[in-house]
Amino acid sequence: MKPKIQVLVCEPSDIVREGLRSLLDEDEFVLQAPMREVPADMAQRISRQQPDILILNPTLLNTPPRMQLVSIQQARMSMAVVALVYEYVEPSLLSQFKTVLDIREKGNRVAQLLRECCQPEMEDEEGYELSERETEVLVLLAKGCSSKEIADKLNISIHTVNTHRKNITRKTGIKSVAGLAVYAMLHNLVVG
Amino acid sequence: MIGRFFTSRMKMADVVATNHTLILAMPRFGIPLGFGERSVQEICAQYGLPVDFVLLIFNVYTFDDYLPDEDGLMRTDFSPLVPYLEASHRYYLNERLPHIERHLLHVAGSAGERYGSILKHFFEDYRKEVVEHFDSEERDVFPYLESLMNGGRAERPVSEHFADNHTDLVDKLGDLTQILYKYIPCEGFAEELNELVFAIMQLSADLEKHALIEEKILLPYIQQLERRQEG
Repeated sequence: MKPKIQVLVCEPSDIVREGLRSLLDEDEFVLQAPMREVPADMAQRISRQQPDILILNPTLLNTPPRMQLVSIQQARMSMAVVALVYEYVEPSLLSQFKTVLDIREKGNRVAQLLRECCQPEMEDEEGYELSERETEVLVLLAKGCSSKEIADKLNISIHTVNTHRKNITRKTGIKSVAGLAVYAMLHNLVVG
Repeated sequence: MIGRFFTSRMKMADVVATNHTLILAMPRFGIPLGFGERSVQEICAQYGLPVDFVLLIFNVYTFDDYLPDEDGLMRTDFSPLVPYLEASHRYYLNERLPHIERHLLHVAGSAGERYGSILKHFFEDYRKEVVEHFDSEERDVFPYLESLMNGGRAERPVSEHFADNHTDLVDKLGDLTQILYKYIPCEGFAEELNELVFAIMQLSADLEKHALIEEKILLPYIQQLERRQEG
């Protein structure tokens, strides 16, 4: 049997937390003791409890929210941090999350969404080094290829290319194609 | 929500103490420092600015979760919006980017030919992109807004000129800082590199707010005017 997915919920509303619990099957998900706010020792708690998924209401992050999010993520790199959103949150902050769970999401989609967001992490625990495939994708990006062209060249689907791109960005911290091109040059992967 | 955001009766000095980066927005309104004990309301009256509009900008600039409501937008006097945005553009182009360029050229000079040329190249491309983005807004979006404000009808510019492009401008600055402190060997010029990284981060934070102002104020306002015209 597959190990159950450990879920930690950080959300102030009892209604929302209980609603979430009722949507997740106990045979598949274990809900750890929930939090109503982000405690000062969040990082320690995460390294102790080892959740696979952290469902976090972004409005609970203190200023500067991005920095706090980074320190939470660093407590457990393989953990998927999911934004639980029901009001406006800055897109630049949202983009730092693994995925977004909108409060209006259909009930039957919630478990699926959580399942998807912890899958790649469970397979791939190699940390920050780019895999061979990711390096290939990076080089083609740096040379100016589109995702479609890369998919054709490497004989993989666009979806897979995009997953590689996401992983490259997660590992290097670099988002733009221009930035990735510089990264490739500095690492002698392409000629400048 | 009332009580959490800036109001017209607060002292301007308290507002700036809450968020010191608002000092950067003052020249764009034509407000000089030296507030004394005067309130936001009094300062705005002194410089002939609609206080609702100024507060709107201050609040978006400061509180991530602040979202002006539609009625509020309706009542606000938007006459200083385009001058404000244009002044922001001038500030980025004529002050911040040259400032960053000076630091960057210095770092590029110390980092050796290979790194230097890669950095200069990246920055030049970036500057071009910023200029192009601002130009397209000033050429297409602002005149369109002004014609709507005057009750005229004009063709809507293609939406790609609107706020969405900003994310890319902000992302690239983030990338540049990552590259600078992760991959450039900085022996002997670490201080210069730090200065550069901080200058870029400051611009990046400011551009992010600028994007929010366009996203939360400019766009909804244009949409409101368009609806009013259709209706």
